[in-house]
Amino acid sequence: MLLIKELKKALGVALWFIFLTFPIMVIKVDPIERIIRYRWENAAYVAIVAFTAYLVMSFFKMRKLRVTADKKEVKKSQNVIYSILNNKKQLTVLSFAILAIAIIFPHFFSVYQTNVMTTALMYVVLGLGLNIVVGMAGLLDLGFVAFYAVGAYSYALLNYHFGLGFWVVLPIGGALAAIFGIILGFPVLRLRGDYLAIVTLGFGEIIRLILENWGEFSQGPSGISNISRPGFFGMDFSLETSIMYMYYIMVIGVIVTIFIVNRLQDSRLGRAWIALREDEIACQAMGIDKRKTKLAAFSLGAFWAGLIGVVFAAKTTFINPASFTFLESAIILSIVVLGGMGSIIGVILGAFILILMPEYLRALSEFRMLAFGGVMVAMMVFRPQGMIANIRRTYKFEKQE
Amino acid sequence: MDYFIELLFSGLTRGSIYALIALGYTMVYGIIGLINFAHGEIYMIGAFTAFIVATVLSIYGFPLLAIIVIAGVAAAVWSSAYGYTIEKIAYKPLRHAPRLSPLISAIGMSIFLQNYVLLAQTSDFLPFPELIPDFEFMEPVAHIVGSSDLVILITTTVVMLILTYIIKFTRVGKAMRATAQDRTMAMLVGINVNQIISATFIIGSALAAIGGLLIASHIGQINFYIGFIAGIKAFTAAVLGGIGSIPGAVLGSLVLGLTESFATGYVSSDYEDVFAFSLLVLILIFKPSGLLGKAETKKV
Repeated sequence: MLLIKELKKALGVALWFIFLTFPIMVIKVDPIERIIRYRWENAAYVAIVAFTAYLVMSFFKMRKLRVTADKKEVKKSQNVIYSILNNKKQLTVLSFAILAIAIIFPHFFSVYQTNVMTTALMYVVLGLGLNIVVGMAGLLDLGFVAFYAVGAYSYALLNYHFGLGFWVVLPIGGALAAIFGIILGFPVLRLRGDYLAIVTLGFGEIIRLILENWGEFSQGPSGISNISRPGFFGMDFSLETSIMYMYYIMVIGVIVTIFIVNRLQDSRLGRAWIALREDEIACQAMGIDKRKTKLAAFSLGAFWAGLIGVVFAAKTTFINPASFTFLESAIILSIVVLGGMGSIIGVILGAFILILMPEYLRALSEFRMLAFGGVMVAMMVFRPQGMIANIRRTYKFEKQE
Repeated sequence: MDYFIELLFSGLTRGSIYALIALGYTMVYGIIGLINFAHGEIYMIGAFTAFIVATVLSIYGFPLLAIIVIAGVAAAVWSSAYGYTIEKIAYKPLRHAPRLSPLISAIGMSIFLQNYVLLAQTSDFLPFPELIPDFEFMEPVAHIVGSSDLVILITTTVVMLILTYIIKFTRVGKAMRATAQDRTMAMLVGINVNQIISATFIIGSALAAIGGLLIASHIGQINFYIGFIAGIKAFTAAVLGGIGSIPGAVLGSLVLGLTESFATGYVSSDYEDVFAFSLLVLILIFKPSGLLGKAETKKV
């Protein structure tokens, strides 16, 4: 009886979606040739997808209702990951194993694979940087790519005009991005979450538009090419070695970032961020300087983006404003959201999944952004804490006998 | 002087279109406190639906007036349907979640819809059929004020008047205002809050669709990305006027439209969007509650 009712509802949902998507999915017009094409097969796909999606959802809903009756079952499924995370010994073994794989990786896989992996590692660092701002401090930053652009352009321009090398510019790029973070941070200190999101988005767009239009400064939309790759005590590398070199730089970069971010999370500052995220007023009442804490979050987050910007410019040897659109910010944000806001392991995993999956599923790459959007919505609706939720530090009081 | 008047009118036209979109933002924000990030996409879908319907009808040889009416109605109906569905899928389950969750969900929805239109239709710019004819009586001033400017100004004024009537005098409008003031209290007096929220989304989306139709036939081309910039600008306008306030949204939109028009006319057209975004940042620094908004004091 219940099943028939659900099936009827699913049918209704399917019909609604056929109606909803009819003009956009089915009709395709060519206004110049004046031809109309009806793609009825699309309507069928939409109906099938909507029908099954509804049934799957109602199935899970019902199972959830049943599971809440005995909660133990849910906990078991997640315990595997958390037990590893909580057990220091296992964690060390696991991290050394991953490190070993990371070190031998370029010797076993092609240059292309290494290059892809380098990109994924860059996004890990970007994700961890944004995680400071969004995950820990709870400030939704939609213009993160601006700081990335600042880093990339500072290397490109300093290299182009003054011939400065990668290692010299790396800290400069990071510092410049951090300064931009503070510049952005000041005006938005007073704003609440959603206003903040839009202002940061506007800021990101302003930076991109300036880079695009101020030709004398940034060479406009045509970008800057022939940026030199990073050197190693004046040695000249072949293309292959330099890609491998880049890869190792990024491996070290990721390790350093994880170490620092991990330490930050437990520091006084990190706890202040978390307090700020949870309740601003209570946080101020506890004597935390709201201004300083927010600015620190912005500038530290921006710092990582700046560093990776420099790396990006050095890796691709060519940059133009088109690499720094809002979509890039959205990708980094979805890494953080998918992985689990505030959770370091989650963000690392999220970066690998979101960057590597479209790379290896080339056939699906045109659906990439569609999937990103869908994943963001689905994550918020079904699992707002992300794939791997951040474990709260808890203190247990045990009575002594 | 002619140039000044030309800029003035183009600013007003721009502003009144922003107003149609900004109203959707401000109404939704007023009622559930959410920045409906996907609102720009609803406007884009409205423009696309109007484009598809108008082109199909013109190929079948319908008269111009019928095309305008049917395309307008179709755009409004489908945009409202999208608005309604989006609310049900992406926002309703998150009504009691922390503030950031629905916002991220909205951003995801916006990216999803953009790419949905991109994949289902095309990434190219499509020429939008000229729906607004050149009037003969406008001939002497045509170099300053175009016919489409006039049509847009009149249409938006009429739409605003209808909206004001709905909100001030009808049952739905009263229920909306009550829900915006205090949702729990509204429930207590027997208002079906879920229905009212849906109604808000539907009205806001229909307004955006009309905006989409007007601007598309004014500019003459559309693509899947138009919703993003228009959405941001309309949001800027809503914030400028004080988000949550309906007259504020209209005022803010006109101010933004005029600012952009004069800035591009007298300074430089390369930085059109930079002016809008800078204006947004400046307002938020100096008057976060906007021109007509009430400053919120947070009680503990």
